[in-house]
Amino acid sequence: MRGKENREKLIQLFLLTIALSAISILALISIFIFTEGLPIMFRHGFKKFLFSLDWYPSEGYFGLLPMIIGSLLVTAGAMVIGVPLGLAGAIYLTQFSSKKVRNLVKPMIELLAGIPSVVYGFIGVVILVPFVRENFGGPGFSVFTASIILGIMILPTILSISIDSLMALPPSYREGSIALGATQWQTVRMVLLPAARSGIIASLILGLGRAVGETMAVIMIAGNATALPRSILDPVRTLTSNIALEMGYVSGEHRQALFATGVILFIIIMILNTMANLTSKRMAS
Amino acid sequence: MRWPLTPRQEQAIVRLLLLFLTALSIFILAFIIFFILRHGLPVLSWEFLVRNPREMGKEGGIFSTIIGTIVLIILALTLATPLGVGTAIFLTEYTPEGRLTRIIRFGSECLAGIPSIIFGLFGFILFVTKLKFGWSILSGSLTLAFMILPTIIRTSEEAIKFVPQAYREVSFSLGGTKWQTVSRVVLPSALPGIATGVILSIGRSIGETAAVIFTAGSALRIPDSLFSSTRTMSVHFYILAREGISLSKAYGTAAVLLISILSVNIFTYYLMNRFLRKYS
Amino acid sequence: MIINDSKLKKKAQFFLFGISFVVYFSILCLSCYLKPAQKGITIAGSTSIQPFADQWAEVFMSRFPEKVVNVQGGGSSAGVQAAITGASQIGMSSRELKPEEKVLTEFIVAWDGLVIIVHPSNPVDNLSLEEVRKIFAGEIISWKEVGGFAKTIHVVTREEGSGTRVAFQEMVMGQRRITKKAIVQDSNGTVREVVANDPYAIGYISLGLVEGRVKAIRLDGLEPSVENIVEKKYRLVRPFILVTNSVPHGIVQDFIQFILSEEGQNLIQKQGLIPARLVKKGQSKEE
Repeated sequence: MRGKENREKLIQLFLLTIALSAISILALISIFIFTEGLPIMFRHGFKKFLFSLDWYPSEGYFGLLPMIIGSLLVTAGAMVIGVPLGLAGAIYLTQFSSKKVRNLVKPMIELLAGIPSVVYGFIGVVILVPFVRENFGGPGFSVFTASIILGIMILPTILSISIDSLMALPPSYREGSIALGATQWQTVRMVLLPAARSGIIASLILGLGRAVGETMAVIMIAGNATALPRSILDPVRTLTSNIALEMGYVSGEHRQALFATGVILFIIIMILNTMANLTSKRMAS
Repeated sequence: MRWPLTPRQEQAIVRLLLLFLTALSIFILAFIIFFILRHGLPVLSWEFLVRNPREMGKEGGIFSTIIGTIVLIILALTLATPLGVGTAIFLTEYTPEGRLTRIIRFGSECLAGIPSIIFGLFGFILFVTKLKFGWSILSGSLTLAFMILPTIIRTSEEAIKFVPQAYREVSFSLGGTKWQTVSRVVLPSALPGIATGVILSIGRSIGETAAVIFTAGSALRIPDSLFSSTRTMSVHFYILAREGISLSKAYGTAAVLLISILSVNIFTYYLMNRFLRKYS
Repeated sequence: MIINDSKLKKKAQFFLFGISFVVYFSILCLSCYLKPAQKGITIAGSTSIQPFADQWAEVFMSRFPEKVVNVQGGGSSAGVQAAITGASQIGMSSRELKPEEKVLTEFIVAWDGLVIIVHPSNPVDNLSLEEVRKIFAGEIISWKEVGGFAKTIHVVTREEGSGTRVAFQEMVMGQRRITKKAIVQDSNGTVREVVANDPYAIGYISLGLVEGRVKAIRLDGLEPSVENIVEKKYRLVRPFILVTNSVPHGIVQDFIQFILSEEGQNLIQKQGLIPARLVKKGQSKEE
């Protein structure tokens, strides 16, 4: 009996070590990114990194402001495209379509969430970039193009999670509202959407995180210029593409500057993660 | 309330609008698949799959990149699956909900949210340069394993939770210890669910580019050791498409990519449905 | 009997589970000390040289099947670094070495012309060096100013740190900076792709990569051709350098010897590059 207990203890301990792997990997990643990226930020001052417009890493200028703004612009653009489409789809499929249609369409869309980002980027390059260049002007590689492609990329995420959270509502909400004489749309607008709010917000934050973190597709279609875009038809560089573009040429301070870019990206993502975590917790309670 | 429209009219309009937007979303996504397959399928042939690329991929097929992808993923899965399933077992069976489980879950959720380029940076600095693995299968698969770990944790956890409590009670009442219950009752019943998560992460790994290109490199030869660099299909596609090496080969590679990811995902879906049906 | 059996099974399961971890962690730890057991040698560096080097390796390996050469990209600086640290046996650099990198043994294996390219439909086919400089500095912003369409010029450049960009910066821009508004792409091939698809774009790539879908601009009236470079008329020339950490031996030596041999240099000429012996070092900087 003793041996058995001991073995159980041992197993539990063993599993605990394994269970700590995720959090230790997270710690490992943060440690590496921060120890590589922070020293150069301290050396040159955070202000120079965060608020300078000049990115000439080989001359010692490491202004990341254009990339920070670039990331924000592209992400905001993606939300403008992805959110209405995603929400509309979720509302239509849960409230107005037959169950048959929903059961057919939802898995289809979830399958599409698996399309790799390079394929989205490629579609952007061969179809959207020339289209934008010929019809709207500019070089075609632009905030606008990147926003559309990213918006489409995050669409499946938003759609499927919003559907889940609308479906999770008790049917009595809907029935009660209809019984009171409200139309379906009034029910959606006044009862269901507010009730499913935190789930929907969580889906938006997830989509946001995906848009901020996307790299390869953005490099292919955003043009990567380090100037601040004057219009949505101008090229733009995001934090992620800044890292990936110049990663091959890393040495010395330049490399550290790329890690500093990683630090900023990391912080933005962690803030988003925490927000998503809090909203989903609120949803649970 | 002075609406210019009656609620009925409003509803009709909104309904149409929603239908239009939904149809648009589906159309766009379906178009992407259609477009790639339309240009890619004609390029596909047996030769394309079993020949090695020549002249940077301008000629020949994609054989070495298929091998690279498979080797990398198998290795990543062997590293991540035990870790992920172990974590899930610990979270569901071995501790009560509390601060510890919250911390572990939060860590895993954060890990899931980290962009792949950060994994790439990290893998590059730790595996490629610090540990001197170089651009290699080892560096690439370790990085990938870290990336897919949260997916495996989450799906395994859900699968384990789905196993009815009664199963456990029966095992305990027969005198089974915790580990006996877990290893012989819970895990076998949760296996299809766990498999779903593993396969899901295969799908994600096939399409991954940013993390892999900086850790596994882009050599076109068939790898002969853990330390040789390899190029996965998605990296190959990225390079072909971007550098304009050969558009038709790029479409062909994209078609192979898409078909493999879609079939993996469809298989996952099938497995999941079977699993869910069993317990409900 | 049944109890025994299940005990055995349990033991086996436990054993398997445990062993996979022990193996996994020991591999992790051991591999930190292991020397990469890879067959053959690795060449890493300049993405400009990579496409050519890939072919060199292909031909070399068809000649000597037992001698394996792996070609990697990464960029000139990374390649030089890799050669210094030993991460790769040969580094490729498409720019001259910096003073602190001179510890390496260098072999100039070929010369490459830098060519300014535009879309084939662009009526402009000759620019002065000064005009090119002003276009890339963002001072000339319309094709009209140099005799073309009344359209904004879309400048395409390489990313900061690329050997090609460094060479372009030195030979064309001098002290001027390339405009921040320029579209940035991270390889010769991508720059060519962008220019091939955009009627108003201008970029610069390797002579060896120029093909029908883009048009090479004459610089001060001079065609960017092998003859003009050899005759020292066209001056945008840079070396393709292979670097090694020590005096090469084994496969490294064989490979470099092969490239510098008659056969290797003929291959280089066929690829559109200029054989090493035809240009003297430092020509690009001569007045």
